Amino acid sequence: MTEILVLVEHVDGDVKKVTLELLTLARSLGEPAAVWAGPGYSEVAKGRLAEFGAEKVYVADSADIVDYVVAPKAELLASLVASRAPAAVLIASTAEGKEIAGRLAVKTDSGVITDAVGLGEGFVADQSIFGGGVNVHSRVSKGTPIVAVRPNSTAPVPSTGAAAEEKVDVALSDAARAAKVVERVKQEKGARPELTEAAIVVSGGRGVGSGENFAIIEKLADSLGAAVGASRAATDAGWYPHAFQVGQTGKTVSPQLYIAAGISGAIQHRAGMQTSKTIVVINKDPEAPIFEIADFGIVGDLNQVVPQLTEEIAKRK
Amino acid sequence: MNIVVCVKQVPDTATERKLRSDDKTLDRDAADGVINELCEYAVEEALRLKEAHGGEVTVLTMGPDKATDTIRKALAMGADKAVHLVDPALHGSDALSTSYALAQTLKKIGFDLVILGSESTDARTGMLAAMLAERLGTPQLTLANKVEISGAGITVQRVTDYGFDKVEASLPAIVSVVEKINEPRYPSFKGIMAAKKKQVQTFGIADAEIDAAQVGVANAWSEVADFAVAPPRAAGTVVKDEGDGGVKTADYLASKKFI
Repeated sequence: MTEILVLVEHVDGDVKKVTLELLTLARSLGEPAAVWAGPGYSEVAKGRLAEFGAEKVYVADSADIVDYVVAPKAELLASLVASRAPAAVLIASTAEGKEIAGRLAVKTDSGVITDAVGLGEGFVADQSIFGGGVNVHSRVSKGTPIVAVRPNSTAPVPSTGAAAEEKVDVALSDAARAAKVVERVKQEKGARPELTEAAIVVSGGRGVGSGENFAIIEKLADSLGAAVGASRAATDAGWYPHAFQVGQTGKTVSPQLYIAAGISGAIQHRAGMQTSKTIVVINKDPEAPIFEIADFGIVGDLNQVVPQLTEEIAKRK
Repeated sequence: MNIVVCVKQVPDTATERKLRSDDKTLDRDAADGVINELCEYAVEEALRLKEAHGGEVTVLTMGPDKATDTIRKALAMGADKAVHLVDPALHGSDALSTSYALAQTLKKIGFDLVILGSESTDARTGMLAAMLAERLGTPQLTLANKVEISGAGITVQRVTDYGFDKVEASLPAIVSVVEKINEPRYPSFKGIMAAKKKQVQTFGIADAEIDAAQVGVANAWSEVADFAVAPPRAAGTVVKDEGDGGVKTADYLASKKFI
């Protein structure tokens, strides 16, 4: 079987969930080979990659790889594409993942697909475009398929792999060292999962009414171990930080469960969440378009329904 | 400082967007064309940098004839002149060919700084700025929510999952900006009138030394195998809150094993 490279996403030495999803996907199409870029590689990380089926792990753990923007990771992958001739390269379809994919495509003269929500035989990718209005099957027609896959596109399933380690040294070009990261600023986000990776997202919109009242959205999210999102109306009003905006010009999420409270569901918002597996809506306006995509909806005042739901979840734990 | 701002005309999100049945590319006639929202932030940032540091702002657009409307909008906001890359051979170009065509054009017209929006609202690949940086061998300062220039140096705040990275480089550079980096200005009446007189230079592929074999739908690196209008989601259960809406929602979540 031919190798499929999977670029590992990691934070503080921990492998992120999306990587386990990508390894699971890669297993169905070939032999997964994880690519670790940057410092932080450990036995724990190796164990995690092995648990989800990585047969190989290419380790390039020099600090240089993360000290410059994007280009070093693309160079690392390009060198592996040249030397190992993999069947495909899978990358998480995050903002940075797509940039890596883009540079890699130019370097290797290969086609690239972003925002895949599924990947099948022949590396035919499923995409949901125009705010979920059109489903597309697309494929790469030149070079090594490079596919950026959205988090939560598949459930991670363990299956032991050898995780045979191989050190990779990359001599970075001057061009790859052109944009230097001089400082990393971590902003407090508490214990909540990351918005784009979270299995459950609870979002609030105009109906929440104020910044203070977002506390009821946060409480519900915490009762479910969920991330908090917000509609553009809420972020524009300054009720919630812009980084949490779900929608066409903000984050795209595809969780197992999306709860929309006080969100009317304009197409711009739907573009950011329509591929969610289950959608629950709480809105006092029965005509709100978001009900059209709801699996379950309550027509009612979120100020009553949301706290009651939070309380009920606590009771049932 | 010679600032080039890349803008894209996209189908209005509020109208129905379609793919063409013949060559499976975006049906640009089916929907109204508008300036890509994220490009407005790029134009605004370019204008602010010009106001602070001097220089000239050139709008660069690749697109069909009707993209002229979008160019005029950017000129009305205050850009100085424009280059419109328009050629039937470019129809259906994917991100790789688009980045190639724009990189060739940028080499021709020259730049100290190129600014783009972080993605377009139609294709949403978010790759173009990174691809341009790769092709032009210039620093990639993308996903910026703050841009500062001092002499030949440039610093941006790059938005990340955990907050932001402070990134430094030297000009020339490629910058992409995220939503809300600024508040884009509305074109004034005077601006709209002035835009009509501003120079819009038209480039065909030969003018930019673009190889016809590297662009267009037939030469794309990826293809749409097939597509279908998404079936509507199966109608869900919607109930009116009778004072027990939270409990009923919990029942539903329990039935789906979320709690």
